[in-house]
Amino acid sequence: MINIEIDGKKIQTENGSTVIEAAHQAGIAIPHFCYHKKLSIAANCRMCLVQVEKAPKPLPACATPVSEGMKVFTHSEQAVKAQKGVMEFLLINHPLDCPICDQGGECMLQDMSVGYGNGHSRYHEEKRMVLSKDIGPLVSAEEMSRCINCTRCVRFGQEIAGQMELGQAFRGEHAEIMSFVSGTVDSELSGNMIDLCPVGALTSKPFRYKARSWELSRRRSVSAHDSLGSGLAVHTKDNRVLRVLPIENDDINECWLSDRDRFAYEGLNSDQRLTKPMIKQGGQWQEVDWQAALEFCANGLRQIAGGAGAEQIGALATGNSTLEEMYLLQKLLRGIGSDNVDFRLRQSDFSADGKQQGAPWLGISVSDIGRADRILIVGSFLRKDHPLLAARIRQAVKRGAQLNVIHSADDDLLMKIANKSIVAPGGLVEALSKVALGVAAKQTDGIAGSLAGGERVAVLLGNFAQQHPQAAQLQALAQQIAAATQGKFGFIGESANSVGGYLVNAIPASNGLNAAAMLAAPRKAYVLLNVEPELDCADAQQAIAAMQAADLVIAMSAYRHGATEYADVLLPIAPYSETSGTFISSEGRVQSFNGAVKPLGEARPAWKVLRVLGNLLKVDGFDYETSQAVRDEALQGVDVAAKLNNAVSAIESKPTAVIGLQRVADVPIYATDAIVRRAMSLQATSDAAQPKVWLHSKELSKLGVAAGAQVKVAQGQGSALLEVAADDGLPEGVVRVAAGHPMTATLGAMFGTITVERA
Amino acid sequence: MKNLINFFKRFLLLELFQGLSVTGKYFFARHITVEYPEEKTPQGSRFRGLHAQRRYPNGEERCIACKLCEAVCPALAIKIEVAEREDGSRRTTQYDIDLTKCIFCGFCEESCPVDAIVETRIFEYHGENRGDLYYTKDMLLAVGDANEAQIAQDRAADAKYR
Repeated sequence: MINIEIDGKKIQTENGSTVIEAAHQAGIAIPHFCYHKKLSIAANCRMCLVQVEKAPKPLPACATPVSEGMKVFTHSEQAVKAQKGVMEFLLINHPLDCPICDQGGECMLQDMSVGYGNGHSRYHEEKRMVLSKDIGPLVSAEEMSRCINCTRCVRFGQEIAGQMELGQAFRGEHAEIMSFVSGTVDSELSGNMIDLCPVGALTSKPFRYKARSWELSRRRSVSAHDSLGSGLAVHTKDNRVLRVLPIENDDINECWLSDRDRFAYEGLNSDQRLTKPMIKQGGQWQEVDWQAALEFCANGLRQIAGGAGAEQIGALATGNSTLEEMYLLQKLLRGIGSDNVDFRLRQSDFSADGKQQGAPWLGISVSDIGRADRILIVGSFLRKDHPLLAARIRQAVKRGAQLNVIHSADDDLLMKIANKSIVAPGGLVEALSKVALGVAAKQTDGIAGSLAGGERVAVLLGNFAQQHPQAAQLQALAQQIAAATQGKFGFIGESANSVGGYLVNAIPASNGLNAAAMLAAPRKAYVLLNVEPELDCADAQQAIAAMQAADLVIAMSAYRHGATEYADVLLPIAPYSETSGTFISSEGRVQSFNGAVKPLGEARPAWKVLRVLGNLLKVDGFDYETSQAVRDEALQGVDVAAKLNNAVSAIESKPTAVIGLQRVADVPIYATDAIVRRAMSLQATSDAAQPKVWLHSKELSKLGVAAGAQVKVAQGQGSALLEVAADDGLPEGVVRVAAGHPMTATLGAMFGTITVERA
Repeated sequence: MKNLINFFKRFLLLELFQGLSVTGKYFFARHITVEYPEEKTPQGSRFRGLHAQRRYPNGEERCIACKLCEAVCPALAIKIEVAEREDGSRRTTQYDIDLTKCIFCGFCEESCPVDAIVETRIFEYHGENRGDLYYTKDMLLAVGDANEAQIAQDRAADAKYR
């Protein structure tokens, strides 16, 4: 610890910290633009100049390390004169277009110029002009003349996003921020540059000219799109969500937000929103009132339960339904005598059911992942599935952690990978068991050697591993490795409430059918909560067939979607922004939130709909007044932390025989759930481009097609015509075709045999 | 004693003559009553009457939808909606002033960075139904178009004090 004095205030601070950090710690404000606590020091804006005793000139507070006995004056005559001088220089080239600038009202330069600027300018020559740039559908760089060259966006790209998509070109007066050869900024974290930009140079494109910052009401919420549980500040005006900003929390999302969390709100205002209950009568959809729709549902369910038996009713929910919704869904189903309820729609291996000692979770806290020194990621499209977790691991790798990867695709993770093993899906178990054996045999090289040499080991199973047909075996092997290395292992949950689904038992207990079995052996009636079967299920073909064969399909959804073809009732329910609820993040953090706006039209929160449905079906205990009452009942006496347990025992090995090409299916980053799929700006990004058929170039030449040609991929009865492309990172014998996209919804299971032929 | 004085005051009608002397003074003084509507008082260039939206000489509307007037309005009488016009510029899609709420303080005029919203010298306007005093963008622009010469002259007269 070092003793310094700032403005006469005695402060103890850590050795090696800078003057600005010490000042902020003591609550003393020093004006700054380029300094940001999560980014490296650039010291190029010079706004933070302060007077230091015995220094001949003012020093930049952000780049001056503290030393014992240092005396700093932030508001002395010399310091203020220097700060005012810098402000005058910065304003020389800054256009006076605050009235039309989207940053107006929340602009650092505007605020600082009130404090340090002059009422008038001494500069009468022509101002510098920088041409506007098109850097993609999310971030607007229309007004680059406003840029003060603080390079925060550049440093963010290099340090946090891992990819330098913006850079500063030219020098002095001609210096400007631009992308490399007019490219776009495609990072999945690009939206953070908008928050970082202290002026209005980088602004949000979807929010452009929508509202002023002072008109917006802010509501707390939790991200519904991945399992990290990022805090959202939902900004609303006139009962519409107009933008989403991060809520800072160093244990979860720090001060960042992925583009998916930030821009998915556009889907909430989609014109595909369902606003009235609808019943299909004589092949025609008719709008009805809630009473009629719910009575229709109750009668239908009662008939099927009384006739064919309650086990002919199945319920499916997505993992981003709230805790309350999932709890009531399973309570309703069990109340009418069926045990067929599941939320693990993309999972294909359920052999761990009943052998699991608790709810599968991350196994380690998110902040501890950042402190791990050896990490093994098994089966994860990490950057696209969990953008912010990837950013945290990137920071760990920068600090010296070793990242090891076992996967079936070699996507660029934009960080240093110590060892990787890229194998076909059928070889994933073998690759992981090799590591397990290597760890047991004290191997010194490769993945096993890397893990054995660590003190804080984390083995994480990604979405791909959870969806894998041998997921239980992968889990057992991860458990072995973690035990041998005294590390932690866990699942990076697929969706916002995966852990919550387990905790409220939204899974079949003893004799019920799981998601896959329910679709493989079609039921007579289905209750769908938020589900779009053709996009959310492991086997799209099978899901559609099961829906079409069913007598009664009750689709509870916020959107008018594919269900119009096979459903009998559409019940408009409110998405996360319009209902109160709870998500339990992958690390077991229970986060409740309230609705930010009122439900659109006649849409109602799903917990209310389920409650009334429970009353109509005369199921006991459905008299809740609030969602909090539902949550309290669901979590009553449940010690969440004690329930989280990844341990699994007695997993039998289940060899899979795959002949021919194997499918590797990722769910593209902007196809994960119903809301994201309707966010127009996200759908315009390169990450949301039409899915292609990716093959190793050797496989391409075997087929005799060139990259860019159209090919026909087929699984079971269905096929799709798609463009083919080469990816030499893929193992041979593998075809990568995305799932969760309308163009591939005609295909079958996400794993298994697939054929490719020339179209 | 007091009663005696009061008696003489009443007897001599002293207070009546005091009052009449005031009446008499004003009877012969130059009278200042304005015979509205035949006569009108002179108006200053800063008169704050009916609002108007102005245009540039080329016909382009001035308002850039910065919403400062909406923010500053103490009576919450202004309602603005913004959108990006086809040419990429920031424009209002709705600009309404509820004159029944307006207190004619002139803050909107003062806050406007482009002199788009102004208060004219017009004070003789009426509405026969409540909604008639809800002025929309088109109505405000029409007021501006009809009175641009006077508005411009008033702004010019006041320019050196701003």
